[in-house]
Amino acid sequence: MDTAMLIEKSALVLLLFLISLGVAAYQTYFERKLAAWIQDRVGPDRAGPFGILQPIADGTKMFLKEDFIPAKADKWLFIIGPGISMFTALITSSVIPWGTNVNLFGRDISLQVADFNIGILFVFGVVSIGVYGIMIGGWASNNKYSLYGAIRASSQMISYELAMGISAITIVMLTGSLSLNDIVQSQHGMNWNVFYQPLAFFIFFITSLAELNRAPFDLPECESELIGGYHTEYSSMKLGLYLFSEYTSMFVSSAIMAVLFFGGYNFPGMDAFSGNTLAILSIAAFALKIFLFIFVIMWIRWTIPRFRFDQLMHLGWKVLIPVAIVNMLITGLVVAWNQGWM
Amino acid sequence: MESLTNRKKVVSDKPMTLWEKIYIPAIVGGMMTTMKHMLRRRKTIKYPEETRVFAPVYRGQHVLKRDEQGRENCTACGLCAVACPAEAITMTSAERVKGEEHLYREEKYASSYEINMLRCIFCGLCEEACPKEAIFLTDRIVTTEFERDEFIYAKDKLVEAVDDRIDITKRQFTGKRTEK
Repeated sequence: MDTAMLIEKSALVLLLFLISLGVAAYQTYFERKLAAWIQDRVGPDRAGPFGILQPIADGTKMFLKEDFIPAKADKWLFIIGPGISMFTALITSSVIPWGTNVNLFGRDISLQVADFNIGILFVFGVVSIGVYGIMIGGWASNNKYSLYGAIRASSQMISYELAMGISAITIVMLTGSLSLNDIVQSQHGMNWNVFYQPLAFFIFFITSLAELNRAPFDLPECESELIGGYHTEYSSMKLGLYLFSEYTSMFVSSAIMAVLFFGGYNFPGMDAFSGNTLAILSIAAFALKIFLFIFVIMWIRWTIPRFRFDQLMHLGWKVLIPVAIVNMLITGLVVAWNQGWM
Repeated sequence: MESLTNRKKVVSDKPMTLWEKIYIPAIVGGMMTTMKHMLRRRKTIKYPEETRVFAPVYRGQHVLKRDEQGRENCTACGLCAVACPAEAITMTSAERVKGEEHLYREEKYASSYEINMLRCIFCGLCEEACPKEAIFLTDRIVTTEFERDEFIYAKDKLVEAVDDRIDITKRQFTGKRTEK
């Protein structure tokens, strides 16, 4: 690895880190605005024009709050919990191809931090670790509500990860590669996977909502039953990190959904462009897709009420997993037929 | 009974069909409803910057009027205090002495006049009871305070200034004074 590559990757990592945090911050603003619009209100509009500085005010508030650790809490795990959540939320963005190659200073720079040949497995692995942040935080708080939230989160994650993985396998079957870069390149132009696998996309989307702990699957933190769920005892920036990691993972999993099913940075008519123009347009297309996903996720949150826990388990085990398995089998048969294996 | 609205629905407990059981159509319907609300024009009035237009007969903070020559109309008859259902008005009367003719219109006047704005229900009965057209409710809003005793408005807040009259021409005059 030469020095120039080291520098360009470090710069990309730093840039992605800042963008993820910035997007997460402005998602909170956008979410509040959207909630307000849906409820016929105006929303935050006092901090700066149209309330555009609201996330900064919120962040400052979070930092200035008293950082409280309960007396009987396990101190180290209590501190590590939000850290794990934030870490796993951020690290997933490293395998996502954010656009076509950029030509800068005579070098062809790939907009993907690490092109693993097992990118999709890496994503699933990291997402599964994400639940440890919630579990450890909820357990270390030494509070019944936190523990309930943590248990709910872990059982929900386990139930929905199965269906999520099975629906993602169909994409791997179609592409014949686990690398996210290959998956994106196979969807060149308008040849998106969602047209071949609408059902898999649908299941993946629902399970993503569950993995993100977003409504209608926000049982780990439902205020009305569990006070705050796993973050009941958290305050100050530790709470801030939990809330932030939720928004960051929302951003990242929107990106993953766009990569797997909506062609990533591909857009119709992309062959007409080349070089840096293409790179900028592809990044814009990708950002637009991510924005639309974030919008739909928020729109759903402010529309439908929360599941009951038995309904959640019923949906996960008795509906989504069988449907995903059938979908996978049919896809497998079709792929085998096309390859001439049968 | 005749239905009062057109939203009446007969409740039934028949089992859901498969179409209803998958819930997706219902969820999409709900999302369309929220989208409709999202695109609707907001009716919020952002208060300190914009204010609602008050009706001409809005009943807000009271004013004790002076006549054309700047003399206080109030004669401390106490009819407003009697009429007040919230018992918010107290006053003490005094006799006008020589040399005060430019201050008070008649021989008797209110040496102190207090309205407790926390008790007041802004019903306007004081205005209706007043035979001298001395007290009126205006379209001004009683400001918020931190201490309770700051809500007891004395004459310094109630009586209008000679050079800064409160306009009440939009309100209905009872015409009692012209009858006299």
